[in-house]
Amino acid sequence: MISTQLLYSLAGVGLFAIGLRATLLHHLLLPRLLALNVCGAGVFLIFIAVAYAGIEGMADPVPHALVLTGIVVAVSATAMALALGRRLESKESETMKSEAMKDE
Amino acid sequence: MIEILWFLVDSMLVLLLLALAWTTCSSRDVMRAVTLFIAMGLLLAIIWARLKAPDLALAEAIIGAGVSGALLLSAISDYPSTAITSHRSPLMHGIINTFTLALTILMSWAVWHGLNMSDGVRLSEQVSSQIPVSGVSNPVTAVLLNFRAYDTLLELAVVLTAVLAVLILNDKRADSAASSPLLRGMTRWLVPLLVVTSGYLLWVGAHAPGGAFQAGAMLAAAMILLQLAYPSIHRGFNLYLLRVLLVAGIFTFVLVGLWMMSANDDFLAYTPAWAGTLILIIETAATISIAAALTLAYIGGRPTGWETGDHVITGKEDAG
Amino acid sequence: MIDSLAVLAVFFGLFFFLSGSIGLLRLPDVFSRLHALAKADNIGLAFVTLGIILLEPSLLNDIKLVIIWLLIMAASAVSSHLVARRALRGERDDD
Repeated sequence: MISTQLLYSLAGVGLFAIGLRATLLHHLLLPRLLALNVCGAGVFLIFIAVAYAGIEGMADPVPHALVLTGIVVAVSATAMALALGRRLESKESETMKSEAMKDE
Repeated sequence: MIEILWFLVDSMLVLLLLALAWTTCSSRDVMRAVTLFIAMGLLLAIIWARLKAPDLALAEAIIGAGVSGALLLSAISDYPSTAITSHRSPLMHGIINTFTLALTILMSWAVWHGLNMSDGVRLSEQVSSQIPVSGVSNPVTAVLLNFRAYDTLLELAVVLTAVLAVLILNDKRADSAASSPLLRGMTRWLVPLLVVTSGYLLWVGAHAPGGAFQAGAMLAAAMILLQLAYPSIHRGFNLYLLRVLLVAGIFTFVLVGLWMMSANDDFLAYTPAWAGTLILIIETAATISIAAALTLAYIGGRPTGWETGDHVITGKEDAG
Repeated sequence: MIDSLAVLAVFFGLFFFLSGSIGLLRLPDVFSRLHALAKADNIGLAFVTLGIILLEPSLLNDIKLVIIWLLIMAASAVSSHLVARRALRGERDDD
């Protein structure tokens, strides 16, 4: 019977690995972004698992605060990545259209 | 006996989490992947609650599943095709799989070793001993806004930077098609409720799970709901006020820090007698800033009339 | 006595949630799946809420739980409507 901390920490490691593999495998932005967020979720899980001190005890508040910061930063980074992706996408379609018109 | 039951519950949660993560990352369709991601966020919220992190459960449900999910769903429409395929060669597949497997084994060993080696000294004792002078009684809020206030200040700066990038890069996405009257009806009931709940979360963060980030994200969720129900509502934004709101959080934070520097010789060193009030003031400004930032991030870019400053307020198009 | 009633109510609720999930996985198209989810989950939620209310001593928390239940039902109704509407119209009016 492994301890709760170890179980959730290993789950966090697994989550990180799943996200990392998907980030390396895909080449489109949106799947990679989802996979990076999964990586982040794995890291958060490891933090909170280490901070856990049993059903009766008080959990460590410092990792909680760090993860709370992390969640907000992750969503901001996602928003920025999506904005970059959208700009790149519109630039690419502009370039393809102008090249198509040049070919004609 | 109780331990076995808890172990069963935990292993089921863990298995479900890993299964959701795997299907999210290996799904062929973007819409399906994003939906599974939102579901994973909600399951993560349950896991945070199980691991005695109620503040985080609130934050993950609102931000990780709610706002992040809305962001990703609205971003799907930016891309022409929704099919996901991997273009890597089989050799590359093999290398990546091996590398990830090796990394997993190493990290698992590191985690197990680290947990065994811990000497049992927890930061919770240090925090508990300092809570009486921190001005609040919720330990996470005390850590976030008092003991590690500088980190929170930098976090607000990061959010602002991301929103600035969003504003610089794009104009807002085109307005979506007309929304359903059922959605409008529910929004009319739900948005005031969300605003009140957000204020409640802000207030109660001092002595119970809650705080500025959850409250700010809930306000952002209310604005996203409004945007979905009344697609041209962004034309009614007062853009000068929006700019002020975006920076209000950092501005207030730095102002309080400088004031405390002049009073106590250290940036952000609160006088214990005023700590509670100062934290509330900072949190209120941070809530509004985060709400404005996340709303702009969802809208996707500069609202109409951002550069020139004049924008059309149309209330008649979608009345009903 | 109250405790065992509460546990019974929660188990009923879990049974309904389980059947809703089985419906989600096994039914052929969007509309039947929506039907299974919306109906079964609402009843399941009602039973689970009843079980928790039986266990909860404070009246204020009981009222909050009832409000949460009503809100989830409203949200589930509206989102089912929106999903069905989109599925009915197909890809025609994309944003």
